[in-house]
Amino acid sequence: MSGKSIVVTSGKGGVGKTTTVANIGTGLALRGKRVVLLDADIGLRNLDVVMGLENRIVFDLVAVCEKKCKIRQALIKDKRFENLYLIPAAQTREKDAVTPAQMKELCDELRKEFDYIIIDCPAGIEQGFKNAVAGADEAIVVTTPEVSAVRDADRIIGLLQANELYEPRLVINRIRPEMVRKGDMMDIEDVNDILAISLLGVIPDDEMIIISTNKGEPAVMDKNSRAGEAYRNVVARLEGEDVPIMSLDNNHSVFQRIKRWIGM
Amino acid sequence: MDFLSRLFRDSGSKEAAVERLRLVLVHDRAQVSPGLLETLKEELIQVISKYMDIDEKGMVVQLNSSDQRATLMANIPVRRVKR
Ligand SMILES: Nc1ncnc2c1ncn2[C@@H]1O[C@H](COP(=O)(O)OP(=O)(O)OP(=O)(O)O)[C@@H](O)[C@H]1O
Ligand SMILES: [Mg+2]
Repeated sequence: MSGKSIVVTSGKGGVGKTTTVANIGTGLALRGKRVVLLDADIGLRNLDVVMGLENRIVFDLVAVCEKKCKIRQALIKDKRFENLYLIPAAQTREKDAVTPAQMKELCDELRKEFDYIIIDCPAGIEQGFKNAVAGADEAIVVTTPEVSAVRDADRIIGLLQANELYEPRLVINRIRPEMVRKGDMMDIEDVNDILAISLLGVIPDDEMIIISTNKGEPAVMDKNSRAGEAYRNVVARLEGEDVPIMSLDNNHSVFQRIKRWIGM
Repeated sequence: MDFLSRLFRDSGSKEAAVERLRLVLVHDRAQVSPGLLETLKEELIQVISKYMDIDEKGMVVQLNSSDQRATLMANIPVRRVKR
């Protein structure tokens, strides 16, 4: 068996990389895939709390790379799925505590055991980025529909290509249909036109993300969450299914617009 | 339908966002690494030297970006054209 490693990256911080890793990983596990999540954000580890696994950490990524423990010892099993694991980042070390060569070696080992290795990349374009992309077969670029995030995403796409990740796929996160409708937020087409890479998914801005992060249970498991549904679609597309981009707008008929316009 | 929806759409700030992004990316994308420019320069020298004797030290290769596009500017002093 040989799995696939996918790095989730963005350039700009805070656009939803960790959220995306947790949801894609959990969504793949939900489908019975063997999945390991790799937190490469050394010094700012977060994936453990988003997954609700913060109390189970003994060893971390740096310990594995320095061969202070076996890979098996650093794998934390998820609470809900026995086919889902996390390798947490070290919290008290620097980004240069591991090297791209070590990351590559680790991914090579993990590929033998897992269908998917999902790597949470730190923000920025320095050492942490280089480590996170080193062992990746594919890349997902996360952005929000804002000028600075899209600009950074464009830069990251260039850097990914320089690292031989030629066909990164795009996730547009935190779309707010109401603002798009008013012409105050770039829509899917605008962002997609500018970045010109293939679109993997669109995630609405959804308070359920905050609620699920509070609880440490990714929204993808929640049948009532719009963002969860969007992430389930992303997972289906990763698995090669042809799922249309869902309409985020359930209130956009011209009639309703006229009603709002005349203040009804 | 399309006409109506356009009629009732306020012209919001997104047009500005798209416009500004397009411009800033023209500049961003035109920036290439010094390494790439150096390699380009060396290969240019090789090709041109087949036909002309050039002053390599006086040679300037630059990528400039103006409002809407990027231009590659090469200024290469020629000493002699080979025959
Ligand atoms: N679709 C969404 N709807 C609402 N909130 C969201 C959404 N996606 C992310 N958030 C929130 O935005 C914040 C940043 O998300 P996240 O930590 O996933 O970003 P990140 O890119 O990993 O950040 P960093 O660069 O710091 O690692 C979190 O508080 C998260 O709950
Ligand atoms: Mg993060």
